[in-house]
Amino acid sequence: MPLHTFRLNGEQVTVDIEDDVRLLWVLRDVLGVTGPKYGCGIGVCQACTSHINGKAFNPCSVRVADVAPTDEVTTIEGLPATVGQDLHPMQEAWLEFDVAQCGYCQPGQIMAAVAKVRQARAAGHEIGDADFDEIRNICRCGTYHRIREAVRAAADRF
Amino acid sequence: MGAPLRAQGEGVADEPPGAGPGFGRRRFLGYVLAASTLTAAARIGVDLVAPAEAEAAVPGLPGPAEILDLNDMLTVAALPTANLITVRVEPDGTASFALPRAEVGQGVTTSSAMLIAEELDLPLDMVRVTLADARPELLFNQMTGGSNTTIATYTPIRVAAAVARRRLLDAAALEFGEAVSALTTRLGVVTSAVGRTATYGELAVKAAALTTLQVTVELKPESAFTVVGTPRTRIDARAAVTGRKQYAMDLQVPGALPTMVCRPPTINGTVRSVENLAEVRAMPGITDVAAVSTGVAVRGRTFGQCIDAVRALHVTWGPGTAEGASDASVYDELRRAELPLVVPPLPLLTKAVDIRFTFQFAGNSALETNCAVADVRPDRAEIWGSFKSPITAQETVAARLGLPVSAVTLHVVDGGGSFGRKLFFDAALEAAEISRAFGKPVKLMWHRADDARQGRTHPMSISRVRATHTLGQVLSYEQRHTSVATDFGHGLGEVITATAAQLPVGDLTFSETIFTLTQQTPYDFGVVTQLLSEVDKGFNTGSMRNIYSPNVRCAQELVVDQIAADMGKDPYRFRREFLKDDRARAVLDKVADLGHWGRAMPVGTAQGIALHPEYHSVVAVLVEIDCRPETTGRRIPNAVTGPRVTKVVCAVDVGRAVNPRGLEAQMMGGIMDGIALTLTSSLHLKDGHFLEASWDNYFYTRQWNSPPELQIVVMPPTTGEPGGAGELAVAGAMAAVACAYRRATGTMPTTFPINHNAPLAFEPKPTVPPVPASPTDGLGRAY
Repeated sequence: MPLHTFRLNGEQVTVDIEDDVRLLWVLRDVLGVTGPKYGCGIGVCQACTSHINGKAFNPCSVRVADVAPTDEVTTIEGLPATVGQDLHPMQEAWLEFDVAQCGYCQPGQIMAAVAKVRQARAAGHEIGDADFDEIRNICRCGTYHRIREAVRAAADRF
Repeated sequence: MGAPLRAQGEGVADEPPGAGPGFGRRRFLGYVLAASTLTAAARIGVDLVAPAEAEAAVPGLPGPAEILDLNDMLTVAALPTANLITVRVEPDGTASFALPRAEVGQGVTTSSAMLIAEELDLPLDMVRVTLADARPELLFNQMTGGSNTTIATYTPIRVAAAVARRRLLDAAALEFGEAVSALTTRLGVVTSAVGRTATYGELAVKAAALTTLQVTVELKPESAFTVVGTPRTRIDARAAVTGRKQYAMDLQVPGALPTMVCRPPTINGTVRSVENLAEVRAMPGITDVAAVSTGVAVRGRTFGQCIDAVRALHVTWGPGTAEGASDASVYDELRRAELPLVVPPLPLLTKAVDIRFTFQFAGNSALETNCAVADVRPDRAEIWGSFKSPITAQETVAARLGLPVSAVTLHVVDGGGSFGRKLFFDAALEAAEISRAFGKPVKLMWHRADDARQGRTHPMSISRVRATHTLGQVLSYEQRHTSVATDFGHGLGEVITATAAQLPVGDLTFSETIFTLTQQTPYDFGVVTQLLSEVDKGFNTGSMRNIYSPNVRCAQELVVDQIAADMGKDPYRFRREFLKDDRARAVLDKVADLGHWGRAMPVGTAQGIALHPEYHSVVAVLVEIDCRPETTGRRIPNAVTGPRVTKVVCAVDVGRAVNPRGLEAQMMGGIMDGIALTLTSSLHLKDGHFLEASWDNYFYTRQWNSPPELQIVVMPPTTGEPGGAGELAVAGAMAAVACAYRRATGTMPTTFPINHNAPLAFEPKPTVPPVPASPTDGLGRAY
């Protein structure tokens, strides 16, 4: 089996697995990193949302062979370290507004929210309803309103 | 039941001020169990009221003239058989409690921890609540459903905690050589009048019992509550936001490799033959392949490789249980089964409203698909998963495997949502069968496409309503609800079988009993009859954040609006006038006030108002909807936009809220469900299978559908006892959205969701292979 190497939450990792296995399963089934969740496997539900080089992406839709040795993959487990704190300000806001219900989609929601705030910032505007309407992450518990409150609160804290 | 009730509390030494005998507080029976550290216990059920010499009897069941709702039944059913729940005080000063319920997001671990923190005078973060394994001795009392958890456990959990506190006081009194009456407890520390202190941790072992003792305690009066009724963040919130919260598929059970099933193209189809078993067995990462009762199971190193193997299998399938069925054929069957209306003799000038509503199949999938871990050995089995009826699951798995119940251990794991789905244990049964077939542990997960197409659905139903009115009075209200059968094979059956003889519902069938126990008309509408009939057992069904109420309520509230319009009355004032109950009127007034009912709004937009009483609770919902073309025509890729609910105001009275923040969360979620049920979410049945196979096919509320403005008000305590909340808001919100849509468009909606018969908003995925390939373009979509 081919060897694949990439950076995961600040560490270089190497796995021995077929090229076309999607990164989600490399993370969960091979490396035991279970923060990114399975909800569809086709890039729709966004429950596995993580970051690659700081951008939000769905590891369920990326072959492990397409990840380069220098690519930095960040899952929810590695998010606090990106700001050098115990919790990322987005996670703090999630606690402040008690967003999670069952919690299953929430790692993906938080990773998406961080990227969405950065995207709005790069475009030179504050995050607003139009941005929220672009977030595709599904929450079957229906926490959408608290997600909006938490993201607004955290938007200028990182 | 039948246990004597003390009219007055006896007054104990450690009683809080202001709670003397005049309070009429009850004493409760609890236990201190023989254990190495302090372990206090209570039964679940009102028989924990302490017996005394000569007092009034506790009314077990309400009198026959009263309505006994489903929650009374669930609570009463627990009485004769309930066993002990225990609160243990550890030497580290924490208290631990294994809750015999499922946590699926509804917040019962947090509210249970709050009850213990309150009664034990311990900081909330020092209370550890876990989920109990299946405990067959609890019989009916380990089912999570009917929004019943807090109703059924509110007193027992407090009693167990109160026993523990009393025992700690006794141990401290002995230690200090002072009277219990000289001691106080606060934040996990006992303090004496002269200032000596001992932590609960220091007292835990000393307070333990060598033999099990029965004791009586009094509970802290509600007036002294400092935790219950205050908003608290979930105890598992930090674990959830850091990714550390573990669901079944996150568990690392030795040897339990990813496992999936290649499923049939039609509902419940069967395997006739598999053409390429050896070829698929040789695929990368795959360890095992075998035909099982539900399809062809594959086990491998990763789920990704299982998906590839499932897609590679060539299977010849036999017919399913709904071959050829479609939305239209089911509708015809429902129409034929509709019970007749009994139109009473009517005075002259009587007007009638007569409308038939259709509610399509809906999916109760959670975001976590059906899944379970199973390790089946020749003489025993161990199962992990999220189960709302773990005892029935355990018994059924044991029967399927031919093992005694005692040889099956069933661990209840935190669930990634339920919405009714986790009342069943389809994946656990399947995982057990596959683990036995392979002779290896398995981590079984359903693909999303399987979960939507072969998973359980909320059944399609029609509801015909005929109401008559004259001279400003409603004379009759008849509702005939006809539904594809709802499967109750999850253990609620045992509850009803055990209690049916005590219920004032005669010889009704099982589902008719449930219908009668749950459906209410909160209005003074003269002669009211609401009846259920059912057809067709060919579908995999279940409840979906309630069983019948959202549909029945939606139909009723729309008819209410129609009657009001016929009488020339305002929908809010009409409801106010006809409501029977003051609590309902109060929440209605609250939303009308806060939501500025009747404010001027642009053409194409409108307000709607509705309410729903159930579970000893009542909710009112006011919504504003925008049906203008510029809104309904919004374009979002792979999405349904349509009318947008722009604002929701909700007021809820649950009698007493244990955790208002959690209660608000439940209302918020229920509102999102109600919006989806009215506007966007349904399953389309065609040629014996459902077309939906993805969250971009089944249009549950997404960010672009959610209301930008949302206000939820928790009413102050009314009854003093907590009612149910988990499912409450769905019916009220669904109805309010429908009523707003009717007022905005001038059209009575009669099919739900309203877009069901519009052209499909997606391209259906193939049924063979049953699951789609995973994309490879994820990097190109990074943002």
